[in-house]
This record gives sequence, C-alpha cells and structure tokens, in this order.
Amino acid sequence: MRLKPKFILTSAALLLACSTAQADVLKWGASRDIGSLDPYSYGDSFTINVLNHTYEGLVRYDKNLKIEPALAESWEILDDQITWRFKLRPDVTFHNGNTFTAEDVVASLQRVSHETSPLKGNLPAYVSSKVVDDLTVDVVLTGPYPLLLNDLTNIHIFDKQWMVENDAELPTDIGAGTEGYATYNANGTGPFIVESRQPDAKTVFVVNPDWWDTPEHNLTGFELLPVNSAATRVAAMLSGEINFTNDAPVQDLPRLAAAPDVNVLEGVDLRTVMLGMSFRDKLVSGLDNPFKDVRARKALYQAIDMEQLRKKVMREKSRNAGAVIAPPIPGYTEALDERFAFDVDAAKALLAEAGVPEGLEFDFNCLQDGLVNEEQICQAIAAMWSRIGLKPNLDVAPQAVQTPKRTTGKADVYTLGWATLPMLDAYSPLLQIFHSKEGNSGVFNWGDWSYPELDKLVQSAGSELDLEKRIALETQALQIVKDEVIMIPLHQQPMVWATTKNVSDMPLFPDNKPRLWYASMK
Amino acid sequence: MLAFLLKRLLNAAFVMLAVAFLAFMIFRFFGDPVEMMVNEQATQSDRAELRERLGLNDGLMTQYARFVGNAVQGDFGISYRNQQDVMVLLADRFPATFELVIVATVLSLVIGIPFGVLTAVYQERKLADGLQLGSIIGVSLPSFVVGILLILVFSVTLGWLPAFGRGDTVDIGWWSSGFFTSSGRAALVLPSISLSLFQITLVMRLVRAEMLEVLRSDFIKFARARGLPLSVVHWRHALRNCLMPVITLTGMQIGNLIAFALVTETVFQWPGMGLLFIQAVTFVDIPVMAAYLMVVAFIFVLINTLVDITYAYVDPRLRNDASVKGGASNGH
Repeated sequence: MRLKPKFILTSAALLLACSTAQADVLKWGASRDIGSLDPYSYGDSFTINVLNHTYEGLVRYDKNLKIEPALAESWEILDDQITWRFKLRPDVTFHNGNTFTAEDVVASLQRVSHETSPLKGNLPAYVSSKVVDDLTVDVVLTGPYPLLLNDLTNIHIFDKQWMVENDAELPTDIGAGTEGYATYNANGTGPFIVESRQPDAKTVFVVNPDWWDTPEHNLTGFELLPVNSAATRVAAMLSGEINFTNDAPVQDLPRLAAAPDVNVLEGVDLRTVMLGMSFRDKLVSGLDNPFKDVRARKALYQAIDMEQLRKKVMREKSRNAGAVIAPPIPGYTEALDERFAFDVDAAKALLAEAGVPEGLEFDFNCLQDGLVNEEQICQAIAAMWSRIGLKPNLDVAPQAVQTPKRTTGKADVYTLGWATLPMLDAYSPLLQIFHSKEGNSGVFNWGDWSYPELDKLVQSAGSELDLEKRIALETQALQIVKDEVIMIPLHQQPMVWATTKNVSDMPLFPDNKPRLWYASMK
Repeated sequence: MLAFLLKRLLNAAFVMLAVAFLAFMIFRFFGDPVEMMVNEQATQSDRAELRERLGLNDGLMTQYARFVGNAVQGDFGISYRNQQDVMVLLADRFPATFELVIVATVLSLVIGIPFGVLTAVYQERKLADGLQLGSIIGVSLPSFVVGILLILVFSVTLGWLPAFGRGDTVDIGWWSSGFFTSSGRAALVLPSISLSLFQITLVMRLVRAEMLEVLRSDFIKFARARGLPLSVVHWRHALRNCLMPVITLTGMQIGNLIAFALVTETVFQWPGMGLLFIQAVTFVDIPVMAAYLMVVAFIFVLINTLVDITYAYVDPRLRNDASVKGGASNGH
C-alpha cells in the first residue's frame, strides 16, 4: 500500500504549539484534499496546483502570471509553423537523482496525450514529439497554434526511467480499474519533495536542496492539511494549528480580521460569473422560447441591479463585470467591460417589444455548491426578474445533480463561472463556451447557440501566431458576445486567503492558486 | 439448528442484495460522475469515451449484476476520485473510525453507568435533577453543534487540544493506530466526547431505569436489612443486575456509532470511513459510496445475525419455533 514509511514528525507539544516551534514548516489548511499524487490523474485544477510544488512544466507563470522559462530555457517555431523546438535547461535533476533530459519530455508528453489520459484535453493541439539531442525536443502540432506555451504551463514533466521502472508510463485508467504507482508516489524536479502522504489527513513536503532555481522562499517544507468543514478550518486558523488557508469562508471574515494573529488577504478572482440562456425553440416546459430574441436577453440583463447584488449579497467584495473575461486576461478591453445600464423600464419595454407574455415561467438552474454565495445570487436575481413581470422557477441542487440537466439542455437559464484556467487567455471561453457546438468546440455551449461569424473569428484566432493580431481577433469575437448578449456577465467573485502573523509573505494570485515557493515565514 | 442457521444466513444474504440494489438505484439517479472527472478542456468525445469505459452506458440490470458479482469477490472497483482500490481505501480508513468508536463506547460506559446509578439512588436530590436535565441537552443538541462548541472552547479559547485531524499514527501491520503517540491520544479526546454524548445519555437513562427496578426488589431490601454498607448494595449488588441490558445495548450501538461517526468525522476532519463517504458523495464517486453502504450494512447484518444465533443457542425454544416456521415455508 503506502510504500514510503510513515513519517512521525512531531510530538504533541509541537503539534499544539506548532506556530512557534516550527516556524519554517508552513501548515496549509485547504478546504479539500488533492485527489492523488499523479498530476495526470484527472483535470482537477487544485490537484495540479498543489503538485506544481513537486512537478514542473517546460514553462511556468511568473509572479505577474506572465509565461517564463522553467524546464525549457528557450523555444522557437520552425519554418513549417507547426513544429516547436525547445532547448532544455541543463543540470536539472529529479528528486530521485536522475538527470532531466529530452527523453523525459517526450515520455511525459506521450503519457499526458495518451488516449486514456483524462488530461489530454489540456494539450489539444499536440500530435507528437521527438528527441533532437539530449537537451533539445521538437513538438509537432496539428497546425499553427499560438497557445502551446499556455497549455504547457500545466503539463508536468516526469522522469522516464522512474516511469519505466515502476510501470507508470501510461496514465491510470479508471475504466480499466487499475491502480497506478504514480498515484501514491511522486518524483519531480520542483522546489519541494513529497515526503509522505495520508489521504484526507496530511501530505508532507520538504524542501528540495538541489532545485535548479534560486529559492525565493525560506521554508524548510510545508504540510497540506485538508480541513473540509469551514468552521473547523477557521477554528484551526485561530488556534494556530494551520498557518495558511486559501479558502477562508466569506461569512467568517470579520471574525478572522478581528483576530490579533491572523492576516486576511483579499483579492478578486479571475473567475467571471455569468448567466446563460437556452436558445432552443422551446423552453423545458414546452412553451415557446423567448430568449432566442436578443431583446428578451437584454431585458433580463438590464433588470439586474448589480450594485444591490454587490452590496447585499457579495458584501462589497466582488467586482461588477461587463465583459465575460476579467481584466488581466488577454483579449480584455475596457470598452467590453462597460455594462448595459440597470433600467427596469427599459427592460419592460424590451420584453414588450420582443412579445414576451406577461408572467412567463422558466427554469432557473443554480448550484448549491458552486460559486461564491451562488444560492443567494440566484434568489436575488430571481426577485429582480419577477419585478419586470417574469416568473423564474428557481432550481437549486448540488453540482452533481444539476450538471446533467445543463449539458442536456434541461435548463432555461443557468449560472456559469469561467476563469480561463489553465490557459489564461480569452481563447478559452471563446472556444469552449461561445463557439458553436461541433467536434471539440463549444463543449460548454449549453444554450445551443450558433454565430458563424463568431466561429470564424475564434478559428482564426486559434491559428494566428502573431500575438497582437490574435488578441484583436479575440476582442472582436468578444464584442459579438456582448452585442448579442449571448451570456449575461455579472461579476468577478471575491477570493480570500488568510495567514497567521508568522507568515511574512504570501503573494496572492488572481488565478487563486497558492505558489508557496514565493512564501516566507518569520 | 442447521436449518435455522441456513435460514438466518439466507436472510442475511437477501438483505445484502437488497441494500446493494437500493444503493445502486440511488446512485443511478444521483448525478453524473463524468462531469466531475474531466476538466474544462475535455471535449465531448472524451466525455463519451470515459462514460463508455466506466460502463455507465450499460443497462441498469447489467450494471447491478456486474456490481454484485464483483462485490461477492470483495472487488468494489477503484475510486473515481482517488483512483485507488476501494476496498483498500476503506480498509485504510477503518482503523480511524473503529478507534474513535471504541473510545466513544468506553467513554459512554465509564460516564454513563455511574451517572445512571447516581440519578437512581439520589432520586430526590438536586444533583440527580441536574444530571437528568443535562442528559436531555445531550440528546437534543445536534452532534455537529457539540463538535463546534468543543472546538471553540478547547482549541480556540484554551488551546489545549487540536481542532482537527488524528495526530501522528503508528502502523501495526495494516492497522494505523493513534493510541501510541501523545498527539494521537490528544486528537482523540474532542471527537470521541462529541460522538459519545448521545451514547452517554442513553446508557445513563437505561441504567437509571433498571436500577430503580432492581432497588425495589426483595434481595436489595434483604441486603440492606443485613446491614451491608449502602455503597456496596448499590454499586455491587444492584448494579451487577443492571448490566446485562447495558451490554446488549452497547453491542448493538457499535454499528450505529460506526454509521453516525460520519458527522463527527466531518467536523473534526477525522480521516475515517465517514469522511471518505462524505467526500465520495460530493464527487459522485459511485464505487466508494456503494462499497461504504455495503460495508456498513454488512456490519449491521453480521451483528444481528450473530445476536440471533447466540439467542437461539442459549434459548432452544427460539430455535424450535424458527425451524418449525422454516419447515412450513419450505413446504410451499
């Protein structure tokens, strides 16, 4: 089972007084555990985020979320436009002492793009790769594709020899019912080494003394301690049993802020919350669907009082949005971010123009366990819509129940949050949400709309290698999204982390991913 | 006796099949695991393939038959979320839950029995009234509230005990125990109190009722008349006659405690089977949910069957009665 001997780290005295005794081991109280030690196990952002402390990609995001070299030092696109040549960093070793070479990159890319890999969608344009020499790799793509580097930030590199020795060259196949060595063991090149793991209890990371990069942190290690219950997590923070949480419950903020030993770090997430509408001929109830008419959609939009929502529901922690992507995302412009005014009379007039019958009933699908304060948001908006003479039927349930309804068109109006992760580019929502549903595009096009003009823009953006031209194409496409009110943007949701006072530096990232290699403690 | 045994075992098997079917029906309508397993970038065909590979496209009866067939061999598949063998996962978590339940049971006896005796003996005093009132509060407070209150007082305010987790554990074979480290023992205190609270009141009230009965009986009166010290009469003679039902109740409640440790485990992040189940629910991890239900059902069925057989062994009338009934139904 567990192949590493269990590590007995501290006595009870240390556990109880951890904040003083072990100032340099950071205790990270997260709201959930990682699924496994294999970053390719399934496409879960949090698991990839945590394992990024152990595994690294060819490139990574820097402190400002700009792409910088990591395991690759440089790259160029060859003349055929579809082959990317990466020069790798020399003198990098894995945690087991093996040297990092081009073989490892090829084996890792093969593993992640294997047909049973749940993560192959993260590398959509990949065709093949081959070793040129020990420190050079060629990656061949399906066509000219500008976002390869963005995709590669989340593709972690394994040691080929380690995979071969442990029969872990292929990703774990859930369907086949087999377990994988990499699920329980890790061997990366990153700043921290996994020392032991007890699922749902504790995963211990110690510092990697042979890391190729100069550490900006002063930790000797950290422990990932999942605490699912929000109240217990806050209590553990107040009693100093954890030093850091990336998920401080919004309702407990005053309490945490008032505590003498706690710092609250607040920011705005990249995740944009929006509402989608069905564009099908009929509503779920069988009535004619008025939302096919842009005027009806705009009426829904203008009936929402965002200021009230921000003040009453989001406690002034959110940022009202006019665009469907957040300001730091490439493709964003200020003009897109201008909201249509909140105007009840205009909304009523638009409904009348569109011929929407008085008291129209429709299903409003919301999640219990989805976005920040989602249930309250939905209730508030439903009330605002009834003020313009509509009758939304609120349908609130857990994600596992609601998602099948959404994907099969059994929801007239629904919520959606999109952070553009891991790509951090407007191309992500444009392809996944706003493009027509065909082939690999429009997977989240739950409303079933189709704008050929928009599709064309998205497709050209997807093969435009010139950055400025590509961003311009994306902005144009986003303009169509806005003019046609394909979805109604609401806000970027708040993001709250908290640390105890002995954590001196914990940079907050808008993609809501902690990067402890930038953290330090007193 | 053989016919009786056979019948009990058939009964047990039928109950397990029914539980399996129920579990299956519930999960069938519970939601879609595939949506939780893939990430935003996955394409429609990726999803369809995964669905096919997991066998979610097969008919309900096919899936049920496959599930039962595998379950009989102890194979519950691998978890969708952890990608580990479900039985290994449950076996890993069982020690945590079991140690918690054992400590809670011991607490409930050690506290519940003396309190029961005290309230029975000193019926007329304020102390007894206070304990009675306290026991009502103990029964009516939901255990997550108790847990949070305990954490607030003993972890946050006083800083004496850890608010979550299991502390350090020592592996003895496949059993990981928290009994042998001081942090492990410290971590046990709050969750076991929180879990035992209901149990304490149950034991206390049972002992009280039995004691009141026994104290009225002749042999106690004679014992008093013989001039034995009251403490000996109450704590030795009377109490001994009350313990049989307490032991039966405790045995039966162990299954309940394992099942209801779920809430306590969630509040205290106790890495046991209950926590595993709760997480499986949020993730629609069907293999884990199904296996958990089967294991808990199995514990209940096992205890009940053992109790039935023991009773039958002790009291031949039950056995005969049952075998007559069994014979009759075989005739149909």
